Amino acid sequence: MVKHVYPRIGETVFEEVLDNGLHVFVFPKPEFGKSFAFFATRYGGMDTRFQLGGKWLDTPMGIAHYLEHKMFDTPEGNALQTLSAAGASPNAFTSTDITGYHFECTDRFWENLRTLLTFVSVPYFTEESVEKEQGIIAQEIRMYEDNPSWQVYHMLMENLYVHNPVRNSVAGSVESIRAITAETLYHCHEAFYTPSNMVLCVAGNVDPEAVCAMAREILPSPRKPAIPRDRGSDEPMEAGKDYSQRTMAVATPLFQMGVKVKPGVDGPAQLRQRLLGDLACEALMGSSSPLYSRLYTQGLINASFYCGYSDDPGTAFLIAGGESKDPAAVRDAILAEAERVGKDGLDDGLFQRLKKSAYGAYVRSLNSFENLCVQQARSYFAEQDPWTFPEIFDTMTRQGAEDFLRTWLRPEQVTLSVIRPEGGDQ
Amino acid sequence: MLPITERTIAPGVTLRAVQTGKFKTSTLAVTFLEPLREETASLNALLPKVLRRGTRTCPDMESMSAALDDLYGGSIEPVVRKKGEVQCVGFWASFLDDAFVPQGTKLLEPAAALLGQVVLDPAGDGKVFQPDYVESEKANLLDKIRGEINDKLQYSLSRLRESMCAGEAYGVGRLGSQETAAAITGQALYARYRDMLETAPVYLYYCGSAPIHRVEAAFRSAFAGLPEGKRRPIPSTQVVKVPAGEVRRFSEVMDVTQGKLVLGFRAGQRYRTKEEVARAVLFSSVYGGSTNSKLFLNVREKLSLCYFASASLAMSKGVMLVYSGVEFANFQRAEEEILAQLQACREGDITAQELEAARLSAVSTFCTTLDAQGRLEEYWLNRFFSGTDFTPEELAEAISQVTLEEVVEVARGIRLDTIFTLCGKEA
Repeated sequence: MVKHVYPRIGETVFEEVLDNGLHVFVFPKPEFGKSFAFFATRYGGMDTRFQLGGKWLDTPMGIAHYLEHKMFDTPEGNALQTLSAAGASPNAFTSTDITGYHFECTDRFWENLRTLLTFVSVPYFTEESVEKEQGIIAQEIRMYEDNPSWQVYHMLMENLYVHNPVRNSVAGSVESIRAITAETLYHCHEAFYTPSNMVLCVAGNVDPEAVCAMAREILPSPRKPAIPRDRGSDEPMEAGKDYSQRTMAVATPLFQMGVKVKPGVDGPAQLRQRLLGDLACEALMGSSSPLYSRLYTQGLINASFYCGYSDDPGTAFLIAGGESKDPAAVRDAILAEAERVGKDGLDDGLFQRLKKSAYGAYVRSLNSFENLCVQQARSYFAEQDPWTFPEIFDTMTRQGAEDFLRTWLRPEQVTLSVIRPEGGDQ
Repeated sequence: MLPITERTIAPGVTLRAVQTGKFKTSTLAVTFLEPLREETASLNALLPKVLRRGTRTCPDMESMSAALDDLYGGSIEPVVRKKGEVQCVGFWASFLDDAFVPQGTKLLEPAAALLGQVVLDPAGDGKVFQPDYVESEKANLLDKIRGEINDKLQYSLSRLRESMCAGEAYGVGRLGSQETAAAITGQALYARYRDMLETAPVYLYYCGSAPIHRVEAAFRSAFAGLPEGKRRPIPSTQVVKVPAGEVRRFSEVMDVTQGKLVLGFRAGQRYRTKEEVARAVLFSSVYGGSTNSKLFLNVREKLSLCYFASASLAMSKGVMLVYSGVEFANFQRAEEEILAQLQACREGDITAQELEAARLSAVSTFCTTLDAQGRLEEYWLNRFFSGTDFTPEELAEAISQVTLEEVVEVARGIRLDTIFTLCGKEA
């Protein structure tokens, strides 16, 4: 077991690799009453095509999320109820690239960890129980479809990417999930829920050795090789589509602007680019920037405006969004400001303050056990050490941020997704 | 144990501070407690938004942001909350805790000072707010009120409260209405501001690693400009007796693919003391508070009618809302099942397993409150405005003492009053 100490942010992490390939990370938190456990697989909404037993399989959109729901079925009933009956707050999520199961509790941690490791590693469902879930997931999908923030993001991804599967809706559609069978779910479990494709992260007042011991006891021991999967062919640098819109029951138009960016060549380069990209975004249009202040005063944006850098395997983009009477004017203003900054540079005082501010925000985010564990898991899958951010911040310069904006803020890489109120013009 | 210390800064101005080094941030909050009223709700909601735009020393957004960035990206956010019939108006601030600031810089004092300036020293001539700030924030407030339809569930919950509690303060929206917001003038807003500063009870809150003497000194200095004099007591909330007549039904059509079903119930009493809150919390948890609740197990898991079905009980008002997202065609079945499950609670048809699972979940909720700064602040605000001071640990202990009979008694006291449905155009 390796002990990593990060004195600048007051964190200690224990790391161990088991013989079956499972990575375990433990954050000891002696001052806290609660503990949090997160068990995740590198398998998400984008992984619909993969090889199993030498054959390529094409599975329905939304299947990783469907499997997440069905994993809770156990011979004794349902793991959600088992965990909550033992005082834990359990939940799970499926994102584009990972599926994670977690619980938080203040008591009976070991019993709950045993339940978590067991139900996620042992699939137990029948055609009948798979069929029964259709109604619940269909209502979950309907709930998303009526959510304008979800729709605006979904359109943005469809605009930005031509064939990368990140454009898939993670939950699929009411139609696509109809094709899901128990057999396909078993195949997906076999392919991706193998310890060498998974990670276990725990934060709390717990003994790291005991966490590993329980994982060794419960999880299957053979180490299996990684499954070949198809995460889409290379993307062009240009956005697939520069604009799309639809109407919904909203009061003010909602928009998201995306800028396609080429991800870094490896894990550490991607982490560095994410930190730099976030900072460059803040300097260009964040709440401390001259542009933000101007757009806000003009009534073109309001406090709902946000911006940042986002990446998934093989993809990266800048995003800006919120509510606006005139989303196209906001997009144009951002592009014009990027061009100006490209020529005149950033204000040095602003950049230095933003560096302090971004550093503070990263440290503050470590309050959340969930964030610690999820970040650790994602970073492990992406081959990054997320807790080296203070050292990366030390090396970030104003010129670096300016270069970033010059390189990426190009009109052909930009797309705009808009939700308009019913009865509005256009 | 996380001890809380209380200090009276001035008559009607209370400071409560939780001292702990376990978080990476410290939280500072200031809250003015106003009675929720139709005439003042929008004015009160607009005030913190306008104040946040600038102070005399940092008169615009850029200088405000620069001041916060300089304090390692601290945040001071306007917050308007509705607690029963009390409108809690103020700011929630979060700063890096001193232990994690490079070079031993101390942030508590400058952070408190900036918070004090935002509240007491707005940009402008000292007679009115800057007119352009009022206009732009008023437009944002109107957008925000109109934008309530964007979140179909929250919108449906608000429509239910409005319809069920028409004529009661509880029916007034957290931000007021479009009409009251549109009618706001700069003069009226400034007059409201002065009145709030002079008469409303003030609640100051801190959670972080600094010792109480430093916290008290920082807040005393930052809020020294609060007008002296007599302040109103904490506003009260009226509890309406259990309805006698028919269940009222309201419905609305919108372009949605999923229906929302909301049922409003009345308890005819408030839950204030530690024992009352413990019983109500446990009932709510058994009925619709967790993945082991009757609503989750039956409406979702047994009948596959929905993705969520939950109950939430407003303690100070004695109103419970049950809500779910279902297909339009299934409204009737979902409603029947929701009521059947309440009936089961009334008849004591609760297994020992259901009761213990709900108890563990509720106890765990309050124990984990100690580990989350935002929830801790909310918890202590709830105690403050209801005039109680039991700790999360004491409440958790009380929940572990509640009996099945006491849970059944809470269920028996609750009566259905109003049902709201949000329907799609094709339904």
